[in-house]
Amino acid sequence: MQKKVAIPIWKNKKALPVLLQSMFVILIAALGIFLITNAIEGLRQIGIKLGFDFFNSTASFSIDDKLIAYTPRDSYGRALLVGLLNTVKVGAIGIVISAVIGLFIGIGRLSDNWLIKKLTGGYVELIRNTPLLIQIFFLYFAVLLPLPRIEKNINIYNLFYFSNRGTAIPWFTAKPSFGVWLVFLAVGIILAIILWRVMLKKQVESGKARYPFIWSIGSIVLMLLAAYLLTSGLPVGISIPRIKGVLFEGGYVISSEFAAILLGLIIYHSAFIAEIVRAGIMAVPKGQIEAAKALGLKKGTIMRLVILPQASRIIIPSATSQFLNLFKNSTLAIAVGYTDLFSIGNTIINQTGRAIEIMILMALVYLIVSLAISLFMNYFNKHFQLVER
Amino acid sequence: MVDKHDLNKGERQEEPFIICKNINKWFGSLHVLKNVSLEVRRGEVIVIIGPSGSGKSTFIRTINALEEIQQGEIIVDGISLSENIDHIDAIRKETGMVFQQFNLFPHMTILDNITLAPIWVRKWPKAKAVEIALELLERVGIHDQAKKYPGQLSGGQQQRVAIARALAMQPKIILFDEPTSALDPEMIKEVLDVMKTLAGSGMTLLVVTHEMNFAREVADRAVFFDGGEIIESGTPAQLFENPQHDRTKLFLSQIL
Amino acid sequence: MFETKPRYRSIIWLKENLFNSWANSILTCLSAIVIFFIVKGILTFMFFTGKWDVISANLKILMVGQYPVVEVWRIWLALCLTVFLLGISWGSRKGFFTMISVAIIAVFAVIAMLPFISMTSKAWLLLGIALSVAGYWLGRTVSFAKKLNLALWLVCIPFMLILLNGFGIFKKVNSNFWGGFLLTILIAVVTIVFSFPLGILLSLGRRSKLVVIRWFSIIYIEVIRGVPLITVLFGAQLLLPLFIGNGIELNNVLRVMIGFTLFNAAYVAETVRGGMQAIPRGQYEAAEALGLNFVQKTTFIIMPQALRNVIPALVGTVIEVFKDTSLVAIVSLMDLLGIAKRIIANPEFLGRQMEVFIFVAGVFLILCLLLSKVSRSLEVSLACGKR
Repeated sequence: MQKKVAIPIWKNKKALPVLLQSMFVILIAALGIFLITNAIEGLRQIGIKLGFDFFNSTASFSIDDKLIAYTPRDSYGRALLVGLLNTVKVGAIGIVISAVIGLFIGIGRLSDNWLIKKLTGGYVELIRNTPLLIQIFFLYFAVLLPLPRIEKNINIYNLFYFSNRGTAIPWFTAKPSFGVWLVFLAVGIILAIILWRVMLKKQVESGKARYPFIWSIGSIVLMLLAAYLLTSGLPVGISIPRIKGVLFEGGYVISSEFAAILLGLIIYHSAFIAEIVRAGIMAVPKGQIEAAKALGLKKGTIMRLVILPQASRIIIPSATSQFLNLFKNSTLAIAVGYTDLFSIGNTIINQTGRAIEIMILMALVYLIVSLAISLFMNYFNKHFQLVER
Repeated sequence: MVDKHDLNKGERQEEPFIICKNINKWFGSLHVLKNVSLEVRRGEVIVIIGPSGSGKSTFIRTINALEEIQQGEIIVDGISLSENIDHIDAIRKETGMVFQQFNLFPHMTILDNITLAPIWVRKWPKAKAVEIALELLERVGIHDQAKKYPGQLSGGQQQRVAIARALAMQPKIILFDEPTSALDPEMIKEVLDVMKTLAGSGMTLLVVTHEMNFAREVADRAVFFDGGEIIESGTPAQLFENPQHDRTKLFLSQIL
Repeated sequence: MFETKPRYRSIIWLKENLFNSWANSILTCLSAIVIFFIVKGILTFMFFTGKWDVISANLKILMVGQYPVVEVWRIWLALCLTVFLLGISWGSRKGFFTMISVAIIAVFAVIAMLPFISMTSKAWLLLGIALSVAGYWLGRTVSFAKKLNLALWLVCIPFMLILLNGFGIFKKVNSNFWGGFLLTILIAVVTIVFSFPLGILLSLGRRSKLVVIRWFSIIYIEVIRGVPLITVLFGAQLLLPLFIGNGIELNNVLRVMIGFTLFNAAYVAETVRGGMQAIPRGQYEAAEALGLNFVQKTTFIIMPQALRNVIPALVGTVIEVFKDTSLVAIVSLMDLLGIAKRIIANPEFLGRQMEVFIFVAGVFLILCLLLSKVSRSLEVSLACGKR
């Protein structure tokens, strides 16, 4: 019979992992306790108690760029909301435009026109190898701020004005009938989708042309016509900016700060997206293009119907992480004074000293967005693979 | 350090070198090894045959603890394979393994591939390890490629280097997991020749393979594995000419 | 068939590449016009309208911040020492060190030829070039060069720190005075040196079978990768003193370095993890079958292959670190960008924003392009013996 010799715990294959993990937990816990006790002591010395109730205190600072109504008499909570909306605004517009521009530049990189290829290539290399912050500073300090003062502004046909106070463009103003028009438009779109499906099905079943496209477009047009007759007018007016003294009146004013951060983000990330698009397109097997050409399809059609759908499988995941980067990089707004979520959070910290709570809030917001985008990407990946099989 | 004397029945030459008793292994709910028992004596050459998925590769991986077992006993060279890390290390020093995919380390030269373990596990001085390595390369027929990288050699050459790498540790037994299955046909012979020479020199070999001629020429015993258990075993002549079980007959009829 | 005459060849090339269809011909003409205007604008600016004296007047603070002028020779000495050691590596190992040393010599030569560089600086630059070549010769002729090289590196790093900071042997220069490009390089190098080992540990932890360690690594990596760098930097500036307590003093630069290191480690971890996933399981099995323990297996077999697999991505991380150091300007550190901002706020240099930012952008551009080239030659020299 074999003698059972007791195995010391650090040689026991089963017990060793437990031992190591316990040691690790103790180490981390010790570190955590050290950090937290220091923080508690430090907070006590400054005289701050942790808590989020300061959200209700009056903000007493103004915000120029805002999507919702806000005055310095509103609470910190509302100020943060304004900031959040500004961040979303910059993020959403930035993502959409940089995606479109990136797509075209990426396709341009693969053009058989040597000049276009080199031009887009040079652009991408230049933008990708220069820090984003420098590009934003360049746009803000060297391009936008040096624009002339309002009195001496540059303008195009008195419709578009460029000055160091911002850019003014004509914009829509909603008339009272806007709501009605919106309802009619919504009804029109729903009708269009239903009619399209129904007519397409009938066409497939009967073999006779039923023009589903015309039916759907027609229904939208009819609805809009009905709205026009009902309200006897258009839903929106156009407001043209004018200069009154040293301010713009009317139109929509794009502040220099917003323009700087938006343009900076768009230019920077479109270069990265261009590279991603190029890699995705190059990954489509050459045989696909050959087959499409053999079928007689033209270059534009090939790109649209054969290459891009297949390239999307590779492009979408990388592009999504670029979008996430764009969203995170929007925090650089603080460098040019655009009041995004982080910038407002920083102002609040300066006023109240509540660094820990605000930092936690910031981290949470960006984490939630990151996780949401990751989840979307996972869903999208699975969906695309199903479609493939 | 492992003291073999207080562990087992003592080191007598008549004792089997490897004893596997009632080995059972599950992958989740899948019972992949069912009460497998096998004894291997010093100097024996044992060939294991069987259909794919029968558990042969899993079985020989349990001998050097690359796979864990849930039930049963494995004793190699008097050392019992248990949860004691020292035991596992000691057993791995005495067992060499040659894989189907060669598994040479692509970022190191051939020479470094062979001398790595002797230097760091057996703790030999570099000069001794290099000397032995070059000798082994001669033995397997690759003497001028020591400074090359695995990627620059053919499959057959790589597998021979893998054999040299296993031999460099001066093990008491070498386990082979389908060593020629990933080779182009024209290279199989060169590897089998090396294995035959090894067998002839008295090395204990445990070989999982489909090469029946090799088994007939060199093996002392052939074992038929199917569905996670040993169905039949005997000398190659017995197993191949006179199989007793139906499953053995079925398998042999498919490959012979 | 028959050789086309050179004259016809260029016409054929033009036809195929620029004018092969109506759409392309129009595009070519439009792009040519656009390029013409852009190039004209750039050249006019660079040589005529741009007033570059803002750069020559501020070159010193752009490069080394407020480091005392009389002590700048110490920085030059440290630089020349580095170049010398790299030269020895070049001579004894060749490979990608060739690329680095050649690039350094080229950059030094070009800078030395610029008009607004002072004579002492030119002297130092030429010394650097000479030392690089001397190091090359040394590396080639001396037989124990590789060991000598390693020993010298180990000795010189603390020596260079002493040179830069003082530490009693030389006059002390507080880290508050380190600025400009010097600070940029310093922050980047420290971040890279410390975040890579930490990242490798994290990636090992992420793949560990020990549940607690794996979850800790996953949470750390995902949280860090989900938040913007600016929040980490601000967090480091505002919160680190609070959490470390009154006992330990951390100056601004140190706080930023810690924040940066912790941030970058998560990205390095993900990259290395990708490299590890590409290693076949057989490698692990072969290592274990030979009797290698966990440390030996990871050091000799797994990590070398994992890192080699992801060299482009790792160099990409290095480039990102260099670019991201510009963010410390937002927390008011006087790195290259921070100094640039101060210069344009100076009433003496009103209206020179474009020159200053172009200069700063140019420095980063050259640095990043060089690093990309180094990455490619690193790949080539490490792609061992592919058939």
